[in-house]
Amino acid sequence: MFCNTSKEISGLGHGMKRKEDARFLQGKGNYIDDIKLPGMLYMDIVRSPYAYAKIVNIDASKALAIPGVLAVITGRDLEKYKLHWMPTLMSDTQMVLPTDTVMYYAQEVCVVIATERYIAADGVAAVEVEYEPMKAVVDPFKALEKSAPVLRPDKGKTDNHIWHWEAGDRAATDKAFEKADVVVKEQMYIPRIHVASIETCGCVADFQPVGGQLTLYMTTQAPHAIRTVLALVAGHVGLSEERIRVISPDIGGGFGGKVPVYPGYVCAVAASVLIGKPVKWIEDRMENLQADSFARDYHITCELAATKEGRIQALRFKTIADHGYADAQAAPSKFPAGLFSICTGSYDFNTAFTEMDAVYTNKAPGGVAYRCSFRVTEAVHAIERMVDRLALEVGKDPAKLRMENFIKKDQFPYKSALGWEYDSGDYHTALKKAMDTIGYNKLRKEQAEKRKRGELMGIGISSFTEIVGAGPSRQFDILGIKMFDSAEIRVHPTGKAIARFGTKSQGQGHETTYAQIIAQELGIPAAHIEVEEGDTDTAPYGLGTYASRSTPVGGAAAAMAARKLRDKARKIAAYLLEVSEEDLEWEPGKFFVKGAPEKAKTIQEIVFAAYTNHPPGMEAGFEATHYYDPPNLTFPFGSYICVVDIDKETGEIKIRRFVAIDDCGNIINPMIVQGQVHGGLTQGLAPAMYEEFIYDDDGNLLNGSFMDYLVPTAVESPHWETGHTITPSPHHPIGAKGVGESPTVGAPPAIANAIVDALSHLGVTHMDIPITPQKVWKVLKEKGVVKAV
Amino acid sequence: MIPQSFQYEAPATLAKALSLLQQYGDAKILSGGHSLIPMLKLRLATPEHIIDISGIKGLSYIKEQGGYLKIGALTKESDLEESRTIRTRYPILMDAAKMIADPSVRNLATIGGNLAHGDAANDHPAVMLALRAEIIATGPNGKRNIPVDEFFLGFFTTALQPDEILTEIHIPVKKAKTGGAYLKLERKVGDYATAGVAVQLTKDDQGHIAQIGIGLTNVSAAPMRASNAEAVLKGKSPTDELIAKAALAAARECDPNADLRGTVEYKRAMVKTLTERAVRLALKRAK
Repeated sequence: MFCNTSKEISGLGHGMKRKEDARFLQGKGNYIDDIKLPGMLYMDIVRSPYAYAKIVNIDASKALAIPGVLAVITGRDLEKYKLHWMPTLMSDTQMVLPTDTVMYYAQEVCVVIATERYIAADGVAAVEVEYEPMKAVVDPFKALEKSAPVLRPDKGKTDNHIWHWEAGDRAATDKAFEKADVVVKEQMYIPRIHVASIETCGCVADFQPVGGQLTLYMTTQAPHAIRTVLALVAGHVGLSEERIRVISPDIGGGFGGKVPVYPGYVCAVAASVLIGKPVKWIEDRMENLQADSFARDYHITCELAATKEGRIQALRFKTIADHGYADAQAAPSKFPAGLFSICTGSYDFNTAFTEMDAVYTNKAPGGVAYRCSFRVTEAVHAIERMVDRLALEVGKDPAKLRMENFIKKDQFPYKSALGWEYDSGDYHTALKKAMDTIGYNKLRKEQAEKRKRGELMGIGISSFTEIVGAGPSRQFDILGIKMFDSAEIRVHPTGKAIARFGTKSQGQGHETTYAQIIAQELGIPAAHIEVEEGDTDTAPYGLGTYASRSTPVGGAAAAMAARKLRDKARKIAAYLLEVSEEDLEWEPGKFFVKGAPEKAKTIQEIVFAAYTNHPPGMEAGFEATHYYDPPNLTFPFGSYICVVDIDKETGEIKIRRFVAIDDCGNIINPMIVQGQVHGGLTQGLAPAMYEEFIYDDDGNLLNGSFMDYLVPTAVESPHWETGHTITPSPHHPIGAKGVGESPTVGAPPAIANAIVDALSHLGVTHMDIPITPQKVWKVLKEKGVVKAV
Repeated sequence: MIPQSFQYEAPATLAKALSLLQQYGDAKILSGGHSLIPMLKLRLATPEHIIDISGIKGLSYIKEQGGYLKIGALTKESDLEESRTIRTRYPILMDAAKMIADPSVRNLATIGGNLAHGDAANDHPAVMLALRAEIIATGPNGKRNIPVDEFFLGFFTTALQPDEILTEIHIPVKKAKTGGAYLKLERKVGDYATAGVAVQLTKDDQGHIAQIGIGLTNVSAAPMRASNAEAVLKGKSPTDELIAKAALAAARECDPNADLRGTVEYKRAMVKTLTERAVRLALKRAK
């Protein structure tokens, strides 16, 4: 691991304790619900009990009769200000509040504003809404049938098809499939899930009627983007960007779910503007689960073509993407399917074609990148499942088959069949390390013996390649704003610093890792660098934190800004030491004269001189800003191996071991990386075995609370065994790649592959996640292993 | 997730609680609150009055006395877990207490509340059926003992009268060669059972099963006794074949609903598997 600074400086490679944790561990965090302003009002939301219904009438009289209820705001009220619809990030539109029709279960119908939180809830219960239910469109395949009701005639649609997207060479791929010795095919569903962060969403909107300023405290991963969006969509009612201040306080988990603008935020802003008082809105858990953006929900037909030895020749994926009633995905504008075209994975072949059709249904809108760099999780699950499927077909060990198909270390930078340029990788070493750590060959022997005794044990591998750090401005923008990010460093005369960023930590540990990057580059101890994010009045412009972009983009900006300062420091040091700049050498923390190390100036002395004795002709002060436009994305990777034992009478699955070898390039803080990997693996376990939204035929969400939406806990989590290899990114200033999402992306196929492997001798080739005990039992019954009563 | 307004009373004595109950007529009793409060927050329960009995002294104890294990209604699940008496002599109760929800719930939830709620998904009803317990209810005219078989009347319905409070549970004190077990299949920690099986049995000197109680969790509208399964094993020497036959009987006599926890077929199969395993574990513990 790269580490050349003292513990005092704590640059790269030091596992320093997180600077932010003191306040979190002592209950002194400042979350959205901690914000209380004088005269603040409370908002609560009336939600639809139907997935698809006409609103016949809203009678608010009983609610308005409750003392303390000040207003009930409906879509008709917002319509007067043309605020009843809002744009999504994907050039679609969604309702703020409906005027005529509700389109999904738990949709916002109207809002109640009251003097107290409890009174607002009583108001919600007292609002009488008359609905005329209609037959909901729930299944995305049926939604595409001619007979299906058209859900978005307002978009000029005559069917429920939103868009078609494709990548690769269709003709060449079809030809490769015709010629192939072996073709394997599976229909897969990557279920609709939810980020379920500990803190739900909420805001306090504080509009000052006299000056027209709006301060919006909000649970957002991208405060600057939110300010710009507000200015763009509400400019016509007087909200102008210089008078909008978005403050994102401490956030209790985002995972992509706090990127979108939800109707509740807009309603709270509208209410504050209309009433002229601060309005607080905090979602409860059920609202958060039922109405906020989902993730995944891809139905993928997967095919691989290969030689009879199992050498992959071509890939063909066809996806139906269920977006609910609006395409409210959070993805870069030019990428309707996100970065799904990473689906060729870690494997070396030239021919691929993937296509996708997005569909409207009567479900909550969304498609957020849940701890995933825009649809990478879906892509990785599909390819890693299919590689195992191919191994089964050709009768080859899945580890061996992977080794034979991996892109080789000397092929990087590698141009993938679907057009990405992978920056660096060493897949063979990572898999070998995972196999050695877990004792792979011994486990295979044990499995063979257990099978003879009728016991069910499985081993699953996932050798994933991620694509993160969006992104280069030639390809990546959100609503036209390029996906650069920024850092501003201001070093005070005594050598202590404050650094501000356009990103926003939600638990990632930016206050520590950004400080370490600056410490590495400038030699100022990380402990002396304050990191601040989330206030649009003070932070430089940036697009925020999601898609593992903070280290690849924000972290790079920090390094580049620090290097500008180091260049200035060199000039000052040369002036102070009366030598030329070329005569100076840098070691973290000081410049010294080549061959005369006793003649040196520390960074602290240099900074002090920048304020007290700066060279003639040079600007005083010690500040720098950098807007970093990455030349490419980064491609973290890893190999995970999972071992499961299955109780064949109950179908219960026990993860006996799970080894995760990650490669995220140079490591900034190994302790934080390990923490990220542990959390990510648990969030990968979740969809693999527990989480899935289940809708009935009428579009009612059947598990919209934590009673039935099963978020795994420490009890369900196995002991995670983590390790790493290090293959630096060649284009990133400090060789780092980003790690927060690798485990979420890599874990589900490792677990699914292990379970399918345990059952493969019975003829099982695929199971959709989440793989639950009852699903396993059903398969065992179908295969005659167990009997029904 | 905010309850409708209600009037809250927190009497210091049982007598005061009983008089308030009579006075209001429709009041709900709150003890640990882990069944009632979620219903209040979802506005599924909208009582005008709530009588919080958790502050009443003298209703929390675990003691063996007069041929019974007596457990006060306000005894918390965590008290059961930590009790030496329970741990060493009544493993079936220990099994159940450990499987109820999670530690933060068990630190507040009470055994009396778990029973009085009348929910077939709760874990103690099946355990009490297996143990052939008596439920002690206190009303304006004093106490009455209700055999557990007469306590659970139907879906969320018990034999408690509106003016009565569940105050104590009597369990026959442990005899020689007696063992018990409670097994529960759950989707994740803290979940209600997909199926749960409680078994308590006593062997005679010949190794025959002299007495047996089998209770089932969450596979019927009301908590149920697996009488047919008990009949298969009672008085018999427990062979593998008989245990399997009893398990099959339990699976056939239960009446589960299909829901997110499983199909009817899956739940019956789980009752069968868990019954076999619980009987074996109880036999092992009865040595």
